[in-house]
Amino acid sequence: MAAVATPNVFSGSRNEYRVCPVTTLKVDAAAERLIIWNAVTAIVALTLGGTYALLIGLTRWPDVHLLSAPWFYRLLTAHGMNMLVFWMVFFEAAGLYFGACILLNARLVGVKLAWVAYALMLVGAVMVNYIILAGEADVMFSAYPPLEASPLFYIGYILFAVGAILVCCIFIATILVAKKERRYEGSMPLAVFGLLTAAIIALFTLASGAIALIPTLLWRLGIIPAMDPGFYRVTFWGFGHSAQQVNLSAMIAIWYSIATLTVGAKPVNEKLSRFAFVFYILFINLGSMHHLLVDPGLASVTKFFNTSYAMYLAVLGSLIHAYSIPAAIESAMRAKGYNKGLFGWLLNAPWKEPGFVSLILSMAIFGFIGGPTGVVLGAGQLNLLAHNTWRITGHFHATVVGGTTLAFMGFTYYVIPLVFRRPLFAKPIVIWQPWVYGIGVATMSIAMTLAGTFGAPRRHWDVTFTNAIIPVQLPSLMNLFLTLAGIGTLLAVTGGIMYVVICVGSLFMPKREARSLSPLEA
Amino acid sequence: MAIFTPERNWWKPLGREEKLWVGIAAVWCVFMFFMLFGWYYLGTQNLPTVARRITTAQYKTLADAFVTKYKVGEEGATKVPVVDPKGDPEIYLVAQKWQWTPILILESGKKYNLHVSSIDVQHGFSLQPININLQILPGYDFIVEFTPTTKGEYSLICNEFCSIGHHLMTGRITVK
Repeated sequence: MAAVATPNVFSGSRNEYRVCPVTTLKVDAAAERLIIWNAVTAIVALTLGGTYALLIGLTRWPDVHLLSAPWFYRLLTAHGMNMLVFWMVFFEAAGLYFGACILLNARLVGVKLAWVAYALMLVGAVMVNYIILAGEADVMFSAYPPLEASPLFYIGYILFAVGAILVCCIFIATILVAKKERRYEGSMPLAVFGLLTAAIIALFTLASGAIALIPTLLWRLGIIPAMDPGFYRVTFWGFGHSAQQVNLSAMIAIWYSIATLTVGAKPVNEKLSRFAFVFYILFINLGSMHHLLVDPGLASVTKFFNTSYAMYLAVLGSLIHAYSIPAAIESAMRAKGYNKGLFGWLLNAPWKEPGFVSLILSMAIFGFIGGPTGVVLGAGQLNLLAHNTWRITGHFHATVVGGTTLAFMGFTYYVIPLVFRRPLFAKPIVIWQPWVYGIGVATMSIAMTLAGTFGAPRRHWDVTFTNAIIPVQLPSLMNLFLTLAGIGTLLAVTGGIMYVVICVGSLFMPKREARSLSPLEA
Repeated sequence: MAIFTPERNWWKPLGREEKLWVGIAAVWCVFMFFMLFGWYYLGTQNLPTVARRITTAQYKTLADAFVTKYKVGEEGATKVPVVDPKGDPEIYLVAQKWQWTPILILESGKKYNLHVSSIDVQHGFSLQPININLQILPGYDFIVEFTPTTKGEYSLICNEFCSIGHHLMTGRITVK
């Protein structure tokens, strides 16, 4: 359907829109272009990060030990930045524009500013990648001072963050204008509510990041004499961990959306689900403290308060979603007549839909591996046994990779036919992609966690300590899990390659309107 | 329909199953909250929380004096000092690129105040095989009160990235 100027629908606005033949949603053309550019850039970052994942995964596999030490640490830094920041935030920018404009039938406010935001993020991401690969910033994602990176590294980081702040502001402004112009009736959809949660968390998260990174940049430029490492850690993790809560909220918004797209699920109780999101805004930032439990300089009261009741309120939010989404799927399936036995609804669920498989695996990996390991790490005494071991890495790969990335991948299969308006490339692969990726990430995360319980440190090139002055021998059973993590990595990277091949291939498919909600039939 | 606007009046009471689930979850969260106090008293291994500010130069002076006073030997190509504090409870450990200094010889059943700090970048104190882990920052003298209970040799590794030779950083504590 061709884009048409729309005096009748969006009267007086400059916007062009089209009506989606499948969902009957109005699609703002300016928003659509931004969604496409941000999503494609996200996938480029994922491809870079995934390539580095393969190389560092093969290095930590003891029998392969591929890279040299400097390149291992360099690519590990680049892997963290591309995956945790660039892939996630570019995809979320696309998600926010999608939520605010398409789901609310609204026009994007501040289109030019949105392109400025995109440019800032792109320049920041390119700068950071370049400076890391040039060997000027071997400091890891966390960049703890007094470890020194080139000032350009921090400038790139900050430019990216400024772009991300702009995206959040444009998202919120678009919702406000949509409300004022009565583009939607009543309350906003639950998915948009979830994305709004993500945007609000993103704003205070990025503010905390600015408080950490701007003084660090000033220190590197010689303007201030020193950067306190304890202060940096508190403010950095207000950014570094809370940023993952942005991913969490966005992921759950996408879980609800995929449940609707695949089985027509309707939230069992809108009120309960919305309360669960509000719990995240109020309490989940305290998860940041878990990085600091074994730090010097923080009082026991601070550590105690932040691991206590408030954190469990955020956990309660997750437990509500853990009920609400499966219950919504079950109700929808039963309403369709799949009532046989206790699990007839589940057996008859659309297991061939890549979105549905992504949703189930993402929920399972996040819910059974990622979430519980995180809660365990949040207890002080256990944190003492786990801090900076590979258990931490195992935890956040189960949340942010097995959970968020897998959900984002599943969602992409709906975005490509409906927003890019191109049929999916290599449909037989699409069915298997979530399985390969999910099983790979789950294997890797569990293996990392187990290796960590045997003392395997994170961010470490050689756990045999070959050239150390005082020899160290870690338990030999650890090697089994290091190897298993390597095998999981290979599987996950295979799933990642499948995803990138599908996405890139689809970009070259002939453009046509979607014919069905199901990406396999569209 | 999560992607469409909800019906006009969505502020509805919870259903029976929802109430049950949220109730169980909330009770569990409250239980976990009280157990945070419980673990503190039931457990024998709690977070160290005593630390004081110190410059890296001051810390190095203190640690060097400690090593000079109690040094009983050297080990390895770079002559890492071996120190037996002979009953002095105030013991010092220095983290620096890329060595834990000195090697400590401690007595089982005796209470120590282990001072540990970095004189360059951040490091990760990781005592193996018992897997006790602490974050070590320059400028903070972390004072860990502990009593070794099991005799044997314990390895120290670094588990916070501390630049390119990070994987070379090791140390040892012997309990006799």
